[in-house]
Amino acid sequence: MKKYDVRNCTILKKTEAAEGIFDITVEAGALAGAARAGQFAQIYVPGKTLRRPLSICEIGRADRTLRFVFQVRGEGTAVLARLRKGETLNILAPLGNGFQPGDTSRRALFIGGGIGVPPLLEAAKPFGPNAVLAAGFRSRSAVILEDDFNAAGCRVRIATDDGSLGHRGLVTDLANDLAFDVIFACGPKPMLRAVSLLAEKRGVPCQVSLEERMACGIGACLGCAVRLRGESGEHYGHVCKDGPVFDSRNVVWEA
Amino acid sequence: MADLHIKIAGVDFRNPVIAASGTFGFGHEFSEFYPLSELGGICCKGITLEKRPGNPPPRIAETPSGMLNSVGLQNPGVDHFIREDLPWLKRQGTVVIANIAGNTPEDYCRTAEKLSDTSVDMIELNISCPNVKQGGVQFGTTCKGAETVTSAVRKVCRKPLMVKLSPNASDIAEIAAAAESAGADALSLINTLTGMRIDIHSRRPVLHNNTGGLSGPAVFPVAVRMVWQVSRRVKIPVVGMGGVSSWQDAAELMLAGASAVQVGTVLFSDPYAPLKIVNGLNRYLDENRIADVSELTGKVKPW
Repeated sequence: MKKYDVRNCTILKKTEAAEGIFDITVEAGALAGAARAGQFAQIYVPGKTLRRPLSICEIGRADRTLRFVFQVRGEGTAVLARLRKGETLNILAPLGNGFQPGDTSRRALFIGGGIGVPPLLEAAKPFGPNAVLAAGFRSRSAVILEDDFNAAGCRVRIATDDGSLGHRGLVTDLANDLAFDVIFACGPKPMLRAVSLLAEKRGVPCQVSLEERMACGIGACLGCAVRLRGESGEHYGHVCKDGPVFDSRNVVWEA
Repeated sequence: MADLHIKIAGVDFRNPVIAASGTFGFGHEFSEFYPLSELGGICCKGITLEKRPGNPPPRIAETPSGMLNSVGLQNPGVDHFIREDLPWLKRQGTVVIANIAGNTPEDYCRTAEKLSDTSVDMIELNISCPNVKQGGVQFGTTCKGAETVTSAVRKVCRKPLMVKLSPNASDIAEIAAAAESAGADALSLINTLTGMRIDIHSRRPVLHNNTGGLSGPAVFPVAVRMVWQVSRRVKIPVVGMGGVSSWQDAAELMLAGASAVQVGTVLFSDPYAPLKIVNGLNRYLDENRIADVSELTGKVKPW
């Protein structure tokens, strides 16, 4: 099996998970077999110059499926949102490094902001009851995947901006009274920076999944640069090949 | 089965489809899809004398039928390329073209000299680098600049030398003629067109570098026109590029005057595009009873 490849994948299931957020499961053959939690796919959009990077939400090992939960952000994702069950998606996957779950008997905190929640699901599953999901959304109507995390045996805590569900305020507030040994996070940059500080304060390792404007998706074009801190000083790494998951201590959080 | 083999500046290519510099890295990532020997050749990511960090992100913006990039020549430097990337590349069984860039003629010369002692098959001189000496005058946008750097490199370069021209010039045929008289063995064109996009909400340019290079199907008609004008002006072979996405585009650019084509931006939507272009060209030649692909070169019948 190749590390990654292009494949036409039939859409088996499609729902609208919340307003403007779509949940698609495709039959992905060998691509599903090769995929790991936290990796992503590049989805072809007819008529567009660039593919759209979508993180993998769930991997169906037995039925060789991949699940994507994505938000409509522009023309490209709007086209994807209009596709129906039975139609095909041209997918380049699996890409990137993915999360390193490590010892799943550790107490793991998964922190997600909005559309940053989906990439955490597959990684949280093996932790079961050892995992807590702290998820932040705009409001109750934007909440996604709560049932999926519950079904995986994880505990779920929710924060909303308007207080319409759970804690009113920042998702990082939810961590205050929690004990954990490791953090996995995905969401907007300011949230990830705050999570990175939280990890530092608590002295626990933290893996963050980043996003950047991307072209090739495989590490050839060097488009999706991210400022990293290494042994020999700062340099630009690339979200598609060196990431999308990084040790939070290695990321230079720029304003 | 038509003969797809071509020869440029004494170098044999098994077919006229070459991966364009900056879109293909040093080949590793694409070798996951197919053997690189299926390509006519590979133009490596632009290499400079010293390593370069590249520009801050965002470096990429999609545009109608195209994209802007401002990667900023991020590369590990020529010594690293020769030591770490070239040995593997040479084993892939395709033509290896080293694309080189620099701030000064001396940079270009020292980089070309180092590569002259290696197994690289050809050197592509990138003279559209925006950060140059001489008060910001680009080497690729004036005849004097093109001549200065081409003739300097020619003196020290012991490999076939292809000069990659910028379309950001008032008369590209004049620049082509200057590069030819300064000793270029071949020309490749077009590099990207300088462009810009602005986010109307944040009022920030979409690219951190403010401006970037436009590529993709949007620039293809410009490429056809420039390849046509340049190939009529010079005697040396012209390698055409700029938005080539299909075998039809490749055939069109060859009719305009190209001896071969480079394929870049289309790789981002279809990494298999070069192989499809090779197969499509082959069918087209057979259907039209053309025995040799080079019979297409320059065969446009202008009104």
